[in-house]
Amino acid sequence: MSISPSASQVPILAVEGLDIEIRGPNGSFPVVSEMAFTVRAGETLCIVGESGCGKSMTALSLLRLLPEAAHVSAGRILIEGADFLTMGERQVEDWRGEKIAMIFQEPLTALNPVLRIGEQIAEAVRQHRRCSHRQAHRRAIEALTLVQMPDPERRAGQFPHELSGGMRQRAMIALALACDPKIIIADEPTTALDVTIQAQILGLISDLQKRLGTAQILITHDLGVVSEVADRVIVMYAGRKVEEASIYDLFDNPIHPYTIGLMGAVPRKGASAEDGDRLADIPGTVPPLWNLPKGCAFAPRCPGASERCRQERPPLTEKRPGHWAACWEHDDA
Amino acid sequence: MFAYVVRRLLLLVPMAIGMVVVTFGLLLIIPGDPAAVLLGQDATPEAIANLRGALGLDDPWYVRLWDYFAGLLQGDMGRSIFLNQAVSQIIMGRLGATIELAVVALIIATLIGLTLGIVAAMRQGSLVDTLTMLFAQLGVSMPVYWLGLLLMLLFAVQLGWLPAIGRGPPMIDAIGAALTGRPGVLWDSLRHIALPALALAASSAAIISRLVRASMLEVLREDFVRTAYAKGLRRGRVVVRHALRNALLPVLSVIGLRFGALLGGAVITESIFAWPGLGQLTIAAISQRDLPLIQGLVLTFAIIFALVNLVVDLLYAAVDPRIRLR
Repeated sequence: MSISPSASQVPILAVEGLDIEIRGPNGSFPVVSEMAFTVRAGETLCIVGESGCGKSMTALSLLRLLPEAAHVSAGRILIEGADFLTMGERQVEDWRGEKIAMIFQEPLTALNPVLRIGEQIAEAVRQHRRCSHRQAHRRAIEALTLVQMPDPERRAGQFPHELSGGMRQRAMIALALACDPKIIIADEPTTALDVTIQAQILGLISDLQKRLGTAQILITHDLGVVSEVADRVIVMYAGRKVEEASIYDLFDNPIHPYTIGLMGAVPRKGASAEDGDRLADIPGTVPPLWNLPKGCAFAPRCPGASERCRQERPPLTEKRPGHWAACWEHDDA
Repeated sequence: MFAYVVRRLLLLVPMAIGMVVVTFGLLLIIPGDPAAVLLGQDATPEAIANLRGALGLDDPWYVRLWDYFAGLLQGDMGRSIFLNQAVSQIIMGRLGATIELAVVALIIATLIGLTLGIVAAMRQGSLVDTLTMLFAQLGVSMPVYWLGLLLMLLFAVQLGWLPAIGRGPPMIDAIGAALTGRPGVLWDSLRHIALPALALAASSAAIISRLVRASMLEVLREDFVRTAYAKGLRRGRVVVRHALRNALLPVLSVIGLRFGALLGGAVITESIFAWPGLGQLTIAAISQRDLPLIQGLVLTFAIIFALVNLVVDLLYAAVDPRIRLR
């Protein structure tokens, strides 16, 4: 397993056997099942999957901010060893923003339209630090400077609609970093941005995260993003982890057919249509979560599915050292 | 901002002209002759004809309309036929009472509406929510004259806690007196206004509470509310600072519109509670066909309503930075 040099060995965040259910009109159904992972300081864990695979639900559950219809039905979320799920509301509030912070997907809607950028950041600072309004404001400007916001003092006095998309996301990141959290969760932080800005923002996040030694969980559907910033990767499909490996192992030797399919769907440099090197897609669609097939959820779309795949769900097993996958048909001989 | 206010104030002029023309037209259409009303049942046709001539009622409509506008330009709203006093003077004498009643009712309606709406939204689907919405339904469907009589029966007649009719000392003076150490005057003033204001406020409180509830429920689902929680803010702070402020935007414009409804409601409420304001005067003026007075009253109501809505628009821009007044 390759861990980046700045990462320590003690996990700051550990998720164990996490199940999340949604109450639907016809009873509850699971959206995330048996999720488990750990993140260490300075490490970046990427969770990859298609929309609706449960990755955003997983992210929200880490802050105990699941929407009303969803709830955690089993499992533990340990932050520095303490179970976040059984904590009292007061302590949860104290830890949000201070220990664990989140960068949301769409900064325009995730920032309050009627409050100034500086106020929104300073408010978080004042919630967690005993300090004056003036000190909190100064800290907000520091945070904006840290995320390389141009002209931070002026921007702090502006409203979200007065900033460009990229600047808004910088403000969102500054907000998340303002109280030096131990863990940062970034839920598709660049999907709402122009492609040119995406790279800047990603570079910024990963640079800050390495410098500050923060543990990071990056939620994305974009394997291109993953290849640039991840230390370890979890691939999710239909609410379950189907593969977990270090970034190198995953890209060099993907095991799960779904992962392989995802990689085929990423345009590669040097590929050309004339060589018959067309962008591959995965046939079929994700099954609805309230009506999952009996065996492996990916079996109906899998090119190599056997009868066993359709009947029994494959467990997640360690196929190679540090490389886990849930697939019956993979034979690493 | 300044240019905006000036432009809005200038727009009052065509609105006022329109109001005068429409009212004038309506008064032409409705039957009834102020001269006949003034002289009573035993008047001879000659006497009535003479009085009509003296009042200028026999002039063609365009001459009368022209005269009215000519008067308005000089700040003259004409003379009341019955009270034999300048219309502007009569209106100024009673304007305070009506504005006082409408403002107090608006404050009551807003306080009740906001509180109930927020509580109902926070506890959506609970007993509190159901009761609140039941109250709102009642408030909307109960006519003000009936509610007014019920309140009067209960609090004035049965319990004897509050005076049934009349107005105490004007609120402005009473507040001044209270500030200089005589709270008894304010108390008297409040006791008098309590019932009419409550009766008048009920339907607005109900409408505002429903709107606040719906608006809060929508805003509480917004992403920025989730961000506020993610920052570690306490629930109360998220609700008040982040959700409520955004939820107030649609409510604000309705509060402005309700002020118009309150002025209309005041006409009835004032009659029930013998509140010496413009509403009572309006009913008297209409039943007596006191044409200049009716004209003046309608114009006054229209201008107050327009001014209140201007204030609402300014507030709107103050609460929501995305709105630019141009």
